[in-house]
Amino acid sequence: MCGIAGIIYKNSRTADIGTQMTAMLQSMKHRGPDSTGFALFGPKADQIVIRFTLADANDKRDFGFNERLERNRIEIESRLAKTGATVDRVEGDTDYAYRAVVDYDGALKPLADYLEDVAGCEVLSIGHALEIVKDLGDAQTVADQYHLAGFDGTHAIGHVRMATESDVDISGAHPYWAYPFNDVAVVHNGQLTNYFQWKRRLERSGHRFQSECDSEIIAVYLAQKMEEGLTLDEAMHESLDELDGVFTYMCVTADALGVAKDEMAAKPLVLFENDEIVAMASEEIAIRAILDHEIDTYDPYESQVLVFNR
Amino acid sequence: MPGESIIKYDARGLAEPLAEVPKISDISGDAATFDAADLTTRQINLELRWLLYESGITDVTVLNPGAKHSIGVGILQRCRIHYKGSLGYFGCGLIDGPEIVIDGRVGWSVCENMMSGVVEIRKNAGSLTGAALRGGDIVVHGAVGARTGIDQKGGTILVLGNAGMNNAFMMQRGRQIYCGDVGHGLGDSMYDGAIYVAGKVASLGIDCVEADLGADDHEFLQRKFSIYALGTPPTFRKFVCGKALWNYDNLEPSEKKLVL
Repeated sequence: MCGIAGIIYKNSRTADIGTQMTAMLQSMKHRGPDSTGFALFGPKADQIVIRFTLADANDKRDFGFNERLERNRIEIESRLAKTGATVDRVEGDTDYAYRAVVDYDGALKPLADYLEDVAGCEVLSIGHALEIVKDLGDAQTVADQYHLAGFDGTHAIGHVRMATESDVDISGAHPYWAYPFNDVAVVHNGQLTNYFQWKRRLERSGHRFQSECDSEIIAVYLAQKMEEGLTLDEAMHESLDELDGVFTYMCVTADALGVAKDEMAAKPLVLFENDEIVAMASEEIAIRAILDHEIDTYDPYESQVLVFNR
Repeated sequence: MPGESIIKYDARGLAEPLAEVPKISDISGDAATFDAADLTTRQINLELRWLLYESGITDVTVLNPGAKHSIGVGILQRCRIHYKGSLGYFGCGLIDGPEIVIDGRVGWSVCENMMSGVVEIRKNAGSLTGAALRGGDIVVHGAVGARTGIDQKGGTILVLGNAGMNNAFMMQRGRQIYCGDVGHGLGDSMYDGAIYVAGKVASLGIDCVEADLGADDHEFLQRKFSIYALGTPPTFRKFVCGKALWNYDNLEPSEKKLVL
């Protein structure tokens, strides 16, 4: 089933989007208890933040586990230096998930590829503002684990997952970063039926996929379209024709949050907008988790694309 | 924390097995009011049942339902319920008799399998409004999502705003009235019943055809608008089943075999 949520503040306002997205996702725990993920946009910085994991949450903890992680973490720092990045700091939220803040102005693809060449490494996100955090468990568990309360930012999307067609692990959790593009991420509720076609097509264009999850296609597909010169709105409209299946998905970039519904309107979405904020979710109860009073909401219709800019 | 699910389940998956009737209502004669802000779905429903079935109350006002799911399901007697706020998914399903006003929005599948009564929704409604409706009236003052009245078997759905796609899909009986525009596939694979649309129709579904409005139709529309104080009905077009997809005859399957 899965549940998705998004918030964006208008007029450059910021808020504790870490706490707010946690509340939204926790209220939809019944839609997906397997894993929870957040794509949070903080203020745009000159440095880039790289979120990466060196093992999955449910990997076997054998005798060499910690030693291997430490060795690989050192290797990551070494490779960052070799690519010309200046490492400001590397912080560990868990023993397998890290947040590196670096000065780097080179191409992202070789950087991501070089890091992921380290055994067990998966780059969750790279961006000047975007940070993707995802792990097993409900929203509160993940938020506590990664200290998301107090994360000040402008917009965010999130996802609670009921695993259906791929494993319960961090790779299968949403949101998906649009590798190798800066500051683009997607959450998705639904199934894509032409997943393998698009996966092969995008792989032939040089992209790699971290998971077996169909949702990852959307992120890379959109980023590729935007790289070719389309706006987010145009790319999302094209996706309605080119992606087959039932879906409601949200895409975030550094400045915008978009949502698209397939031509059958098979997956729910409720939307609220006022002068300050746009909030949307699979269920109104998630919006009410941050706006605790009566509000006017509506369901976007089939084949509808809505993009909200900051 | 805000938004946190406070519903607890036992080992078999039963929700809140130890939940008790909160008994927090202010009761005055045959009317009662209670605030649902801090109650779970089960507690709200327990309170409603206690008032309606055990306390002789016939008029209940529920404050702050908070868009929670599955509120007021399975109420099977004549009564009045006023929800001062929005409901989530599956609200007012399987009811038989109540007159309900919702001062807010409702999520997907409101009034699913409703048998009789009246439900008036003052704002928008999600998809699948009145799915498998058997009887009674549903009046939506705002817009509705997709697949309104799917598998409808009776009753009337009146929508003052626009509607999404595939409304009246496999409708078998009853009436749907749309004052606004409707999406693609209206009345797809419908068996029977009538659909009235005042706005634009994006496209008709398979075997849905336009028909002439007769005096009975005008009288029906006038009556419904009058009951709900909606003024003069706009000009409607009528759509019905073309009877090309579904072949009815007078023979039972056993008789058919004999004929063959």
